[in-house]
Amino acid sequence: MGGQTRTAIVIINIALIVLVLIWSIPTIGLLVSSFRTRFDIQTSGWWSIFPHRAWETVKVVDPKELGLDPDSVMEVEGASGSFEELRQGVESPGGDARVTWVGNKRLGRIEVQKKVWTVNWDFTLDNYRQVVFGSSFEVTRPDGTTETVPGQDMSQAFLNSLAVTIPSTVIPILIAAFAAYAFAWMNFPARRVSFIMVVGLLVVPLQIALVPILSDYNKIGLNGTFLGVWLAHTGFGLALATYLLFNYISTLPRETMESAFIDGASHFTVFTRLVLPLSVPALASFAIFQFLWVWNDYLVALVFLGVDPNFKVVTQRLADLTGTFGNAWHLLTAGAFVTMILPMVIFFALQRFFVRGLLAGSVKG
Amino acid sequence: MAQINAVDDREMGVAARIFAWIGRVFLAVIIPLIAFLAIYAGFIFLRDTHAPRWVMTIVAIIWGVGGIAALFWVFNGIVERLPDEWTQRLQPFVFVGPALVILLWYLTVPVYRTFWLSLFHRDGFPVGFSVFAPWTWPQALQSPAFVGLGNYLAIFSERLLQEAIRNNLMWIVFGSTTSVVMGLIVAWLADRSKFERVSKSLVFLPMAISFVGASVIWNFIYEVRPEGAAQIGLLNAIVVAFGGSPHPWDKWVAIAPWNNLFLIIIVVWLQTGFSMVLFSAALKGIPEEIIEAARVDGATEMQVFLRIMVPYIMGTIVTVWTTIVIFTLKIFDVVWVMTGGQFGTHVIATQFYRQSFTARNSGFGSAIAIILLITVIPVMIYNLRQFRETEAF
Repeated sequence: MGGQTRTAIVIINIALIVLVLIWSIPTIGLLVSSFRTRFDIQTSGWWSIFPHRAWETVKVVDPKELGLDPDSVMEVEGASGSFEELRQGVESPGGDARVTWVGNKRLGRIEVQKKVWTVNWDFTLDNYRQVVFGSSFEVTRPDGTTETVPGQDMSQAFLNSLAVTIPSTVIPILIAAFAAYAFAWMNFPARRVSFIMVVGLLVVPLQIALVPILSDYNKIGLNGTFLGVWLAHTGFGLALATYLLFNYISTLPRETMESAFIDGASHFTVFTRLVLPLSVPALASFAIFQFLWVWNDYLVALVFLGVDPNFKVVTQRLADLTGTFGNAWHLLTAGAFVTMILPMVIFFALQRFFVRGLLAGSVKG
Repeated sequence: MAQINAVDDREMGVAARIFAWIGRVFLAVIIPLIAFLAIYAGFIFLRDTHAPRWVMTIVAIIWGVGGIAALFWVFNGIVERLPDEWTQRLQPFVFVGPALVILLWYLTVPVYRTFWLSLFHRDGFPVGFSVFAPWTWPQALQSPAFVGLGNYLAIFSERLLQEAIRNNLMWIVFGSTTSVVMGLIVAWLADRSKFERVSKSLVFLPMAISFVGASVIWNFIYEVRPEGAAQIGLLNAIVVAFGGSPHPWDKWVAIAPWNNLFLIIIVVWLQTGFSMVLFSAALKGIPEEIIEAARVDGATEMQVFLRIMVPYIMGTIVTVWTTIVIFTLKIFDVVWVMTGGQFGTHVIATQFYRQSFTARNSGFGSAIAIILLITVIPVMIYNLRQFRETEAF
């Protein structure tokens, strides 16, 4: 870019860095917290992993040794106050020491704390062990005692999510690719009106279909099965898939296709040997889009998979955790990250295709 | 677009035409049906075995995907063995039929069925009624279950629904506008920075995160502790550090409806990446000469941005804005997980879910779904117009 002064460049970069930080901090906070101990998460913010000044007890003394009278104003390490005030903790005028009386008047002790630079780097994998596996296991509390906690078994939900997501991605692509080829290169009656239907359905909200489809599913026993969810995601993703793949397949070079037909190739051969390989970029774009959509979906799973805990997908399990353990942040942070890890890997590995898909109009209704 | 191997029904006799259509419909219906039955049988088998879960997962995937691929192959084989002219008449329906049948079953027909449902009271249709059997209609229309437009009137008169509509308007106005503006700013800044790739990736990343996951992330940011205790939520920690008092932000009824803004932020965080990517591509498409010419004429960077770049990419801005509007119109997961619709945060989609599946009031729920559909009809018409103009279909 020409025509920019040095100051402008600095301002632009600083503004950008600030925005990027604002966008990244929520995720970083979650990730850091998921590795902190249960006790730490509940008592301090995740940013205490950064160097900060905190009170640390440097000595404990017996008030009698210092000759203090609990019924009068006492002075310890520069901090002074009555018994009641010391019970709450009194800071020295300089602010570098804090004195607290712990216990009752007769048998109490005095703790002297100083502010020191510290980091809280007590990381653990316990949260993940508890969230991922189904079996119970022991966790050690900060005071050294142990406690047996039940596992949340997200690994099963993870497998369920895979079993839901992979067919829900591949099936619509397969069906849509055949349809897109037919719309682009075959002639048949009702072709135009069928395609108008596809375009019209692009923005139809799926809420419109949930109740009728659920009642069909109840009649034929599909409710609560993976098959029902595959078909639902296929139905809801098919219009977009067909539209996108048509846009791509219809622009393939005409000469290539014609020469194949002249050589006696059938439509099926042209489709499988020529069109599918040439359409890999478009197929990949839609695949990533649909994969992320289905993996992250909550509503369709909630309606069609129902309440059987054995078949719940990760988003459902995570939402359940928020409901039942709303304040168990050690479980929620690790659980959230378990649900996010696969989409994030796919996202970073295949970002190029994803962006291309968005630019081609992967905008779901 | 001229077609290869064009066949025209008009060249056929009446009997042949009827045969052709029977064959076509048969193919279109039979492929999904057999696929369905085969997969279903496999499914029952899998459910009743006690194989380890990962084995079941792999078998289910191969079964589902392979089964459908095999069906296309088998039926195409059958049709290709027919006489040439019949192959030409029927083959397109092997290709396009399954897609059309699935779309009809899952989206087109449900519009019609849901509309009918919205005219009836909470328990749905009376016994013996079918939306596909006109001879059952007169009786149903006289039954007490038929409430006409009563459900629609209720939507606009019930307080909870009015609240949902108001909140949804807030979502649309603030959510879409902020996502568009932030996306535009990030795209513009990134375009002239050395860290373009990294910064765009990081802003784009939330697109990969589910709404449920994002809800957990932001719930953690809004976490509130009693005054005086150490705040573990980032927002309250910042507020307290600056001398304020902690609040439960998104669950803070006292500021309703403005507590909705704290939910809207979550979706802005998720959607800005989307608008940024599209704007970034659009900005790169602006010819360098136009911008240079403006600079030579003494325009400031701000003027170049507002007077040249923004008007140039107006088409993209409208598209992105429309997309996010449609998206926020149907917002569900975030609200459902964060607040469950409490604290004055219900939106149309959460009310739809509550009415249809929790309160089991299918008539009312269906009316809400129809309202959702009606609001996107302008976009649908626009899409169809665009399609008619651009394709020589």
